[in-house]
Amino acid sequence: MKKTILAAALLASAFTAGAAGAADWKPAKPVEFVVTSGAGGGTDNFARTIQAIVTKHKLVAQPIVVVNKGGGNGAEGYVYSASAAGDPYKLTFGTNNQYLLPYVAKLGYKASDFAPVATMALDEFLIWVNGESPLKDTKAYVEAAKKPDGLRMGGSQSKDTDQTLVSLISQATGAKFTYIPFKSGGEAAVQLAGAHIDSNVNNPNENIGQWKAGMVRPLCVFSPARMEAGPKVAQGMGWSDIPTCKETGIAIDSYRMPRTVWLPAGAPPDAVAFYADLLKKVSATPEWKEYIERTSQSDAFMAGEDMIKFVKQDETRAVEVFKAEKWIVQ
Amino acid sequence: MDNVANLMHGFSIALTAYHVGLMMAGVMLGILVGVLPGLGAPNGVSLLLPLTFTMDPVSAIILLTSMYWGALFGGSTTSILFNIPGEPSSVATTFDGYPMAKNGRAAHALTLAFLSAATGALFGVLVITLLSGWVAKFALKFSSPEFFAVYLLTFASFIGMGHSSPFKTVVSMMLGFAFAAIGMDTISGSLRLTFDMIELVKGISFLVAVIGLFGLGELLLTMEEGLRFDGIRARISPREVFQTVRELPRYWLTLLRSGLIGCWMGITPGGPTAASFMSYGIAKRFARRKDGYGKGEPAGVVAPETADHAAGTSAILPMLALGIPGSATAAVMMGGLMIWGMTPGPMLFIERPDFVWGLIASMYLGNVVAVVLVLATVPLFAAILRIPFSIIGPVIVVVCFIGAYTVDGSVFDMGLVLAFGLAGYVFKKLDYPIAPLVLAMVLGDKAEDAFRQSMIMSKGTLGIFWSNPLVGTIMTLALLLLLWPLASALVQRLGGAGSASSSVQAG
Repeated sequence: MKKTILAAALLASAFTAGAAGAADWKPAKPVEFVVTSGAGGGTDNFARTIQAIVTKHKLVAQPIVVVNKGGGNGAEGYVYSASAAGDPYKLTFGTNNQYLLPYVAKLGYKASDFAPVATMALDEFLIWVNGESPLKDTKAYVEAAKKPDGLRMGGSQSKDTDQTLVSLISQATGAKFTYIPFKSGGEAAVQLAGAHIDSNVNNPNENIGQWKAGMVRPLCVFSPARMEAGPKVAQGMGWSDIPTCKETGIAIDSYRMPRTVWLPAGAPPDAVAFYADLLKKVSATPEWKEYIERTSQSDAFMAGEDMIKFVKQDETRAVEVFKAEKWIVQ
Repeated sequence: MDNVANLMHGFSIALTAYHVGLMMAGVMLGILVGVLPGLGAPNGVSLLLPLTFTMDPVSAIILLTSMYWGALFGGSTTSILFNIPGEPSSVATTFDGYPMAKNGRAAHALTLAFLSAATGALFGVLVITLLSGWVAKFALKFSSPEFFAVYLLTFASFIGMGHSSPFKTVVSMMLGFAFAAIGMDTISGSLRLTFDMIELVKGISFLVAVIGLFGLGELLLTMEEGLRFDGIRARISPREVFQTVRELPRYWLTLLRSGLIGCWMGITPGGPTAASFMSYGIAKRFARRKDGYGKGEPAGVVAPETADHAAGTSAILPMLALGIPGSATAAVMMGGLMIWGMTPGPMLFIERPDFVWGLIASMYLGNVVAVVLVLATVPLFAAILRIPFSIIGPVIVVVCFIGAYTVDGSVFDMGLVLAFGLAGYVFKKLDYPIAPLVLAMVLGDKAEDAFRQSMIMSKGTLGIFWSNPLVGTIMTLALLLLLWPLASALVQRLGGAGSASSSVQAG
C-alpha cells in the first residue's frame, strides 16, 4: 500500500522541476510529516491540507509521507521527532502543545529539542451554549456561572488549551465552572448539542456543524477583533456577528491557538529556511485560503523571530495559569 | 417515504461503471489490508486518503467505504485460519472460527462468517435508510453515564461465560484494565504506569497485545503439540460454499439478535469491537447447548460477525449526522470529509443529499460486491491450510511481527508482541482465559473515562446512573446480567449442594 502511494508520488514528482527555494538546501529523499494528533484531528487536517497543496502545486520534488503519532496528547509524535535530532526530514505539525505539554507531564522531550519553522494560522476559541439555552448573551452567562453551583463546561483533554482558557475565564470574571474533559472537541460538541453540559469553548470548526442546525449557539469569541465576515451560518448570524468576549465584558484580550510546524533541533539552518519558504508559498495558494475560510481560523504566517516572540508570549501566559492551578510537574 | 425516493436517486449516482469499478478496487485493497494483521482498516484508509484529494467527494467516499468493507471481511479470514485477528473487531470470531478451521471445517467457517457479515451489514444499511432522522436524535441522548452503562452491559454479558474459574476470569480482566491504563489519562492529563519509559507514553496498542496473545501464543502451542495444523484435512470444494448458503436460515434467531445488538452499538456508539463481544456473550448465554461454544460452534461465528458488520455499517450514520465517529476508521473518513470541503453534522443531509444518499446506496452495492469477491476467495484461503506447518509457521511469525510494527511504526512494539506471545502461551497452559483481558483492554479506557466524567457531572453521587429512564434501564439490565451467574449458582447450591461446585466451574 505504502509502496503504491510512494511509487505514484515518485512518478508525479519525476515530472516536476523542483521548487526554487530561497536556500540551497533541498530534500533529497521523501519528507515525513509527523502529525501529533490522531487521524481526523485538527492537527491532522492542518498537515494533510498542506500535503494536498504541496502535492497539487508540485512544490517539492520529493514525495511526502504523513505519519500520525497522536498518543499521549501528541507527546508520541514530539518524542519521535526529538529522538531524531538534526534530521531535516521529520517536519513536525502541532499546536502550542509543543511547548506547553512538557510543563504538565514528564514526557521525555523538551521544548528546546525543536527548531521553530513556522506558525501558519491561529485557531479561535468561542464560548458556546446549547441552542435552547436561556442564556442569551455573555452577561447572562457569566451571571449564571457565578451562582454557587456554577456551570458544567466541557472541553477537549485535561490541562490543555481548553482547560487553560476556562481557568482564565474564572480568573477574569469570578465565574465557577465544573470542567469535564472529553477525548476530543468533537465529543464536547455533541455533548453540548445534547444539552448534557452547559457550555464549551470549542474552535469554530469543531462546532460549526451543530451551529448550522441551531443545536448550539456562540456567545462571544476570544479574538482581539471580530472575525472575518463570511456567509450567514445560522439564524441570520455569520461569524462576524459574534461579539468579542472583551467587548461583552470578559477581560481577556485574545486567546488563540497557533498551528505550528517544527524541525528537530540541530537541523541545518538552510533546511529550516527551505521549509519556512515552502510553507510561505503554501499560505499564498487559493486552496490554503479556502482551508482558512472553511475552518474559520485566522491566517497568520509567522516564521523566524516573529514566531519566537509569539511563542514566548503565549508560553508565559499559559505557565502563569499552570502555576496558579498547580499543574506543573517536576 | 422520502427516504426511499432519496435512496433511488442515490442508486442512480452510485450505479455507474466508474463507481462499481472503484468499489471492486476498494474491496480488493481492503481484503488485502484486512488480512495483514496490524495494518487494519484505519491505517489502510488513511494511506489511501491522499489519493482521494483530487477525486469527486462521492467517488472518494465510495472508494474509502468499499475499502472499509473489504478490510472488515479480510480481518475475519486470518481470525479463522490462524487465530490472528486482522481487525480488533474480529477477535470474537477466533473463539469458534479457529476451532472450526482446526477441525477441518475452514471453508465452512469462512463462508458462514462472510454470509453472516453480509447479513449484518444489510441490517445496518436498512436501519440507516429507514430511520436516519430518528436515529440521529436518539444518539444525542447519550452522555457519559449512558456510555458507562453500555460498556458495563458489555462486560456483564461476557462475565462468567468462560470454562475456567471465575477467579481466573477476574485476574485476566484486571490485567487488561491495567494495560488499558498505561499512558496519558484523559481526565487528569497526567501519565500513568509508564515507569518513565518514553515508549509507553502512547499506551499499549490493543492490536499489539492481540497479535501476541492470539497469534504467537497459539503458534507456540501448535509447536508443542507436534508442529502440525489439523486443517490439512480440510475439504475444499465450491460445493461447500453453496451448502453453507443453504444452511444460513437455520441461524435466523442469532442473526436477528446479533443484527440488533450491532446496530445499537454502532449508533450509540460503542463500536464494532464491543458489539461483536457482546453479541458472542449473549449468544452463548442464551444457547441451548453451551458446551459447543469455544470448540467450533457455528453460531459462535455467526453471532460476532453479524454484530461486527451491523455496527460497522450503522456507525456511518452518527458520523454523517452528528460528527461522532463510531469507529477508528470512521474518524479517518471524517477527516477526509473535511478535506473534501464538507462539514459532517446535522446539516449534511440537507446540504449535500446527493453525497449522503449516493454513499448510502453505495453501501448496499459495496457489500454485495464485497461478499461476492470474498466468497470467491474462500477456496484459495482454505487451501493455505494445506501447506505444511513447517512452511506456514515461520511465515505467520513474520506476519505477526510485521503486523505489530505496522500498528504504530515502533520497534518497541515488536518486543511487546513477543512478550504478549509468551504470556498468551502461559495463559493457555494454566487455563486462564484471554478474552476478558482483551475486552478490558478495548473498553477499559473508555469505560473509565465515562465513569469519571459521570462522577464529575454528578459531583460524586452514583444516582446519576439512574437519573433518567434510558440510563436507568441499561444500568439495571447490566447489573441483572452481572449477577445472573451468582444468582443461578446460589439457586443450585440451595437446591443441591452436590452440583454447586461444578456450576461455578462452568460459570
